Amino acid sequence: MKTLELIPADADATAATHRQVIQIANDVDPGTLTLDGVDRIDLNFPKFTDGRAFSQAYLLRRRIGFTGDIRATGDVLVDQLLQMQRSGFNSAVLRADQRLCHAQRQLSHFASFYQGDANHPPTLFTSEGASV
Amino acid sequence: MYQYTDFDRQFVRERAAQYRDQLTRNLNGTLSDDEFRPLRLQNGWYVQRYAPMLRVAAPYGEIHSRQLRVLARIAREFDQPSAEVYANAVTTQAKLGTKHLPVGYGHFSTRQNVQFNWIPLDKSADVMDLLATADLHGIQTSGNCIRNITCDALAGIAPDETIDPRPYAEILRQWSTLHPEFAFLPRKFKIAITGAAEDRAATAWHDVGLHLLRNGAGEVGFKVLVGGGMGRTPTIASTLRDFLPWHQILNYLEAVVRVYNRFGRRDNLYKARIKILVKAEGQHFIDEVENEFSKILTHDGAAHTLPESELARVAVHFQVPASIQQALAGVSTVTPLGSGADQPAYQRWLAQNVRAHKHPALRAVTLSFKRLGHAPGDATAAQLDAAAELAERFSAGEARITHEQNVLLPWVLARDLPTLWQQARALGVAQPNIGLLTDLITCPGGDLCALANARSIPLAEAIMRRYQDLDELFDLGPVDLHISGCMNSCGHHHTGHIGILGVDKDGREWYQISLGGSDGSLLSGAAVPGKVIGPSFAASEVTDVVEALLDTYRAYRRPGETYIDSVRRLGLEPFRLAAHAVRQETRDGVNAEQVQLASAETVSD
Repeated sequence: MKTLELIPADADATAATHRQVIQIANDVDPGTLTLDGVDRIDLNFPKFTDGRAFSQAYLLRRRIGFTGDIRATGDVLVDQLLQMQRSGFNSAVLRADQRLCHAQRQLSHFASFYQGDANHPPTLFTSEGASV
Repeated sequence: MYQYTDFDRQFVRERAAQYRDQLTRNLNGTLSDDEFRPLRLQNGWYVQRYAPMLRVAAPYGEIHSRQLRVLARIAREFDQPSAEVYANAVTTQAKLGTKHLPVGYGHFSTRQNVQFNWIPLDKSADVMDLLATADLHGIQTSGNCIRNITCDALAGIAPDETIDPRPYAEILRQWSTLHPEFAFLPRKFKIAITGAAEDRAATAWHDVGLHLLRNGAGEVGFKVLVGGGMGRTPTIASTLRDFLPWHQILNYLEAVVRVYNRFGRRDNLYKARIKILVKAEGQHFIDEVENEFSKILTHDGAAHTLPESELARVAVHFQVPASIQQALAGVSTVTPLGSGADQPAYQRWLAQNVRAHKHPALRAVTLSFKRLGHAPGDATAAQLDAAAELAERFSAGEARITHEQNVLLPWVLARDLPTLWQQARALGVAQPNIGLLTDLITCPGGDLCALANARSIPLAEAIMRRYQDLDELFDLGPVDLHISGCMNSCGHHHTGHIGILGVDKDGREWYQISLGGSDGSLLSGAAVPGKVIGPSFAASEVTDVVEALLDTYRAYRRPGETYIDSVRRLGLEPFRLAAHAVRQETRDGVNAEQVQLASAETVSD
């Protein structure tokens, strides 16, 4: 399984500037975007309880087939990182008050899941887990 | 019933460990209360008026005796507040008139879960570990996510059933559990399933209601309803699909929930349920869902299409238990009771609490948790243990929590009925009142819940006390009386033949009364919210109002006519007049004690 890249808040500004990055609000329909030449899409969580960007990430990854970086920004809660990874994000910018060690631990709580996801479309019932 | 695989078991343990990590961070200050809140909610932990409440999932209502025993242990060892918390609760509630606040018990909820009211939050991770030892958890029993899926309490055993919904409910449970995309929806999302002719699962009142059926070609599929719900805007679900092939159900629900996640309102909590989106968008909503579904099928690879093998793997868990199959080789008649004096009481119990079964030698028996001295649906630690004992002895260890807040034993041999009756009676759960007036549905209300505007339990107690005469109860026949302490409608007042809703006005407890609601059962007719019969009543008047309504029914009823049918035939007016005639406080404008119930200004978790 691909592991989410965790970016400390203060490191974000120093990220490679030559890349083609677009930032979109969480009510934008990903199907309307022009993604030619885009390397990175920053999706936004205005509040961590607003889960619209999870669907945007899923659609970008699975429906539209975007292969670049999908980054979680805004009010990113470390306890949501695993969901972000499974929904198609591959990087997340941590808030300044969040610890990397707490964040990393959140990615390792579960060995596997019931349903398929953006990273791993097969479900438990179509993979070997179902026979146990 | 479903038996956990090694995967399921490990998953629940991992979830308990994750929760312990979150609780630890919250208690040491590195996870704020606001951030912890949705995380604990999705494990079933609310914070209520005086203490946390834990809601344990009983998937589609099914529970095993060994699980009931663990719930008994939690009631006994953990549902115990500190002296300080308890003293504060007792003192504060005494000002409202509540004389007794029990501790050490579980409560059966209308969504077939089990709740505890007094567990200190710092013990919550220990409780999750203990639950996990019995394949239990609180995953998604609260929060803005796909909640525990509910079912017909007679699923798999009802004579009028075409298809057993339980394997599908289990498949839906697995699919919805920790779904990464749908954990932060605009609001909660509730699914109910039935496979019977009669809708005993109130499907039209759910965000999604599913009816299993066969089409003209004999293929199995679902009728899909969407957008039902209670709360401030009671709404009956609309039909989204008349027939969806069963193997597409997960793909289709993915489409429904994705459209809701993207377009549901998040600016106003009271307008955030899917019912509002469905109403606002109409055909456009249906088009969006169908378009999304079609893309899941044609573009995304339809990863969640169910193979026959998966249905078969899960369905094997839902056969008649082996011990019952062996016993069925014996006699199938009811053994007559020896003692003549008890005979009429036994016959009444048979008539009200025992239901026919798909198998002619079996019966479904409901243990009534509606009795004086306990709030509706409450069971002490000892009673939970005793219920486990009955399930073991008479129902292959299986029990079900019903929407009406009772416990049903699904596999009782007809020949065991007399013995079961005697044991249930000794336990105090054989009142022959299932479906009758005193089998009322009640939320915890203002004695426990931080959202309530008024108390529910004392009202339920007063009504039950007035209607203890069994002859009178039987004469009144079936009546659904539902009490909610606030507009969040946990007591399903909208579906009551008599619905009682606690409202807060001038810092006092008032009760709005509605008539003619239906959950969609055969008795009650097509699902419809009840209609309010006028200005709110004072707490002191409500029992008299209930009596006036029922007396009006007795005065006007035709032979054999039920209360709800009389209300439909006569209309509200004679009932409204009778209720108005017994007003005392609200007639004279006399005010009772001014005590404010400090209810939280928010909607339910």
